[in-house]
Amino acid sequence: MTALSLGRKKAKRAPISDKTRAERKLALMLCAPAVFVMLLVTLYPIGYAIVLSVQKVDLRFPAESGFVGLDNYAAVLKSDLWWQDLFNNTFVTVVSVAIELVLGMALALVMHRAIFGRGLIRTAVLIPYGIVTVVAAFAWFFAFDPESGFVNTLGIFEAEKAWFGDRWSAFAVIIMAEVWKTTPFMALLLLAGLATIDNGLYEAAKVDGASAVQRFFRITLPLLKPALLVALLFRMLDAFRVFDSIFVMTRGSQDTESLSILSYNQLISRLNLGLGSAVSVLLFILVLMIAFVFVKGFGTAVPSQGDRK
Amino acid sequence: MTRQSPRARLAWTVGLSVVVVYAMVPVLWLMSLSLKSPDSVADKKVIPENISFENYEALFAGGLDSPLLRPLINSIVIALTATVIAVTLASFTAYAIARLDFPGKGLILAGALAIAMFPPISVVGPLFDMWRTLGLYDTYVGLIIPYLTFALPLAIYTLVAFFREIPWELEQAAQVDGATPWQAFRKIILPLAAPGVFTAAILVFIFAWNDFVFAITLTSSDSARTVPAALAFFTGESQFTAPVGAIAAAAVLVTIPIIIFVLIFQRRIVAGLTAGAVKG
Repeated sequence: MTALSLGRKKAKRAPISDKTRAERKLALMLCAPAVFVMLLVTLYPIGYAIVLSVQKVDLRFPAESGFVGLDNYAAVLKSDLWWQDLFNNTFVTVVSVAIELVLGMALALVMHRAIFGRGLIRTAVLIPYGIVTVVAAFAWFFAFDPESGFVNTLGIFEAEKAWFGDRWSAFAVIIMAEVWKTTPFMALLLLAGLATIDNGLYEAAKVDGASAVQRFFRITLPLLKPALLVALLFRMLDAFRVFDSIFVMTRGSQDTESLSILSYNQLISRLNLGLGSAVSVLLFILVLMIAFVFVKGFGTAVPSQGDRK
Repeated sequence: MTRQSPRARLAWTVGLSVVVVYAMVPVLWLMSLSLKSPDSVADKKVIPENISFENYEALFAGGLDSPLLRPLINSIVIALTATVIAVTLASFTAYAIARLDFPGKGLILAGALAIAMFPPISVVGPLFDMWRTLGLYDTYVGLIIPYLTFALPLAIYTLVAFFREIPWELEQAAQVDGATPWQAFRKIILPLAAPGVFTAAILVFIFAWNDFVFAITLTSSDSARTVPAALAFFTGESQFTAPVGAIAAAAVLVTIPIIIFVLIFQRRIVAGLTAGAVKG
């Protein structure tokens, strides 16, 4: 904060009226409960996670607990599993978000220019959004399962193909389930962005002889950029914490483990709170970095500067 | 609309059908599996030969000890409680942000946004440890609290966007015309705010109903385990029979209400999902 704005604040404070003071008091009282609950389960636990991560805390061997400094972090960063899972996370995030972006954009454009059946298509895309992720994962898992699934009977793939017995085919199904579940969210955000574009621009471009492709790249895409970046940021952060689908389909076998699954295994299955917390904290830092790159690097106008209307 | 060429209409019909089929395939496959009897569940046929309700009966056999009844009750109670509390607290906050002038407004919105991006798995370890010490592990409250935290940002953003659109001057106008403050609130403001509040409630409910990470890490038994977590731990009659039919039937049961929900409230859901993100 600059000296100038501080000075202005002071000048403002002098004629503060009772009404303003009462309004501020009411506002703080109204906000306090929600702020308290939000901090209770984020700020305090993440602080606690940092504390745990610099200690040896293994609930199976409670006697051995003690301060170990950065040993847990060193152990995590030296393990091949961490790097493999980081690659898996990045791979799933990049591939699924890229597919979602293309499909979501196509869907949004189609919905925007709907000839008829707009309600039908909206209902259809909202069904995947509403379905529980675990249920969606089971649905795709059963569809591809060589024991009972119908996909292998379609004649496109070999009849005995064991989809979950190989890393890349397992990833293909996992990504497919993710894309199916979350494309609607992308499409709806892009559709809302499309609705804000003035139709007159297209008419003017048409008069000037611009082709449909030119209109898309010169008008739609630049004007859609703010909505696009927000949708991308939210979807990337969401995809980066992928857990449900992988847990249901492979539990991380065939080298398909994600960082969230690694963290879960350490914390809950092995009860190693120190090592697991180190993974959690590192994952948290990665998420912060993604958000930072989007907001500072790409200038994503996250809808937080709430005062402007 | 009427001037579209027949070819455009045909292309549109094909496109529409592809989208609808793609959206429905997993749901239809689950329904098909759930209606197959245990000995034909692996026949890979898209349409079951003999329709059997065995899987559904098995889910509820044994009353409260049945595989699905307790988790279903847990899911409903936990999601509804979290929804009511989250929407109430978010309404207070959103009202203050939309209508009152106070320092820290931007900070609250930025903080809420940060929480919306927060990876839940990062707080699972500490919560697991804290809840065991506090006696909240494997209880309703132990799940409701994290659901509130992660649903509040969503609810606050949706409600702020809605509340900003309300013409609050009407309240004063009504009072000038002789209405009491309570009448002005009940007859003018409440009907205007209700759609936004309702939309926020739907989004929060879907979020809480969908959660899996907290549900499997902060519970250990059917006393608080919700449906998604219970599904992941379903076992067959013996360890050698995969409970495909049972899982499919349970999945269908928790999906049908959501589909009905979506059919009825689709406009509100779309409005709510996009309100916070685009209007800013």
